[in-house]
Amino acid sequence: MDIKVLGPGCAKCSEAEKIMAAAVKEAGAEATIEKISDFQQIAKHGVFSTPAVVIDGQIKCVGKVPSKAEALAWLKK
Amino acid sequence: MSSSEYTPHPVRLTLGRSLLALLALALWFAVYLQLEPFSRLLSYDLLGLSPKSRSGAALQFFLYDTPKVLMLLALIVYGVGIIRSFFTPEKTRAILAGKSEAVGNVLAALLGIVTPFCSCSAVPLFIGFVTAGVPLGVTFSFLISAPMVNEIALVLLYGLLGWKVAALYLGTGLMVAIVAGWVIGRLGMEQHIESWVMEIRTSAETEPEKLITWEDRFRAGREAVVEIVGKVWIYVIAGIAVGAGIHGYVPEGALAAIMGKGAWWSVPVAVLIGVPMYSNAAGIVPVVHALLEKGAALGTVLAFMMSVIALSLPEMVILRKVLRPTLIAVFVGVVASGIILVGYLFNFII
Repeated sequence: MDIKVLGPGCAKCSEAEKIMAAAVKEAGAEATIEKISDFQQIAKHGVFSTPAVVIDGQIKCVGKVPSKAEALAWLKK
Repeated sequence: MSSSEYTPHPVRLTLGRSLLALLALALWFAVYLQLEPFSRLLSYDLLGLSPKSRSGAALQFFLYDTPKVLMLLALIVYGVGIIRSFFTPEKTRAILAGKSEAVGNVLAALLGIVTPFCSCSAVPLFIGFVTAGVPLGVTFSFLISAPMVNEIALVLLYGLLGWKVAALYLGTGLMVAIVAGWVIGRLGMEQHIESWVMEIRTSAETEPEKLITWEDRFRAGREAVVEIVGKVWIYVIAGIAVGAGIHGYVPEGALAAIMGKGAWWSVPVAVLIGVPMYSNAAGIVPVVHALLEKGAALGTVLAFMMSVIALSLPEMVILRKVLRPTLIAVFVGVVASGIILVGYLFNFII
């Protein structure tokens, strides 16, 4: 699984990254987490409110920090 | 948190829930109305301080204002948190795309109040708006209004300085956002956007609208309270403590000579000092309160507050990634001029 956390580097963005990392660990999923902070890259994903989480190319959430329960639900599928 | 919490099931506003909400609101008011008598009881009767003494007046002021402002903040942030769950940046963009300029500027400034916005999102949001066909000036109206006119600033102004000042701030803040955005639009600055921005493919398709239940909206309100009140309470208490000290000890009119109405140069100087500074509303309103009590003129102080919140050096650095220096200079110049005009206007009419 390929997880991308998009965000220029504000407090909320690193929180989103932490939650995704914790969820991956808890679910025991095989996934790579990549933090994308380049604006050009973020914009290319069609995302314009951050933080956003993209899993395998699919946008899962924008403009908010996901809760761990949400993150776990995405990892299950 | 259990994962079952997130299985989407539409929760209706049942009678029981509505009654519970009303009861909570009534309780809030009951407590709120008791704050002043309670602060008097505590400072004058229990601690035995005299209402005429400086320490008595300062303590009672602090004991009344702190819970008052925090309670107001919690209530408003909760309400705004729920309102914001109806407005996403995606929806705002859809509303603004293709609007004519004047109408677009007004709508953008108004939507700036209710659309969730974090200053670190300014650049992605700018790209998202401009590439979707929102006119440049309209985008700027949004970017000026969103950080400057917000519920935290309004609650603090209302709690510390009264509803008239809060209303003036709301009205003139919107005015600056609308007019500055409109002027920037008229100047035709589109070629001063970094060229890579326009080359980005506009993904017009928005994400599928997720089912949002009332449960989610109430949760959004609760989360907003925890997040925002958890972050700003320390500023509020520090600011009120300073205000209480000034209230009790500093003679009135101490600042009248340099920041009063008589000093015509004080408005531009206040704005020039405020532009590079950055603070959020929670940090600046207590300072405003202190300056006013010492005799500074309202227009000068509000202009200072607006320039600190609306324009900042970190924001310029971040906007440089999408805007060429000329456009950044125009943006700062137009907004600062608007704020200076507002400052003079207040000093003139009040």
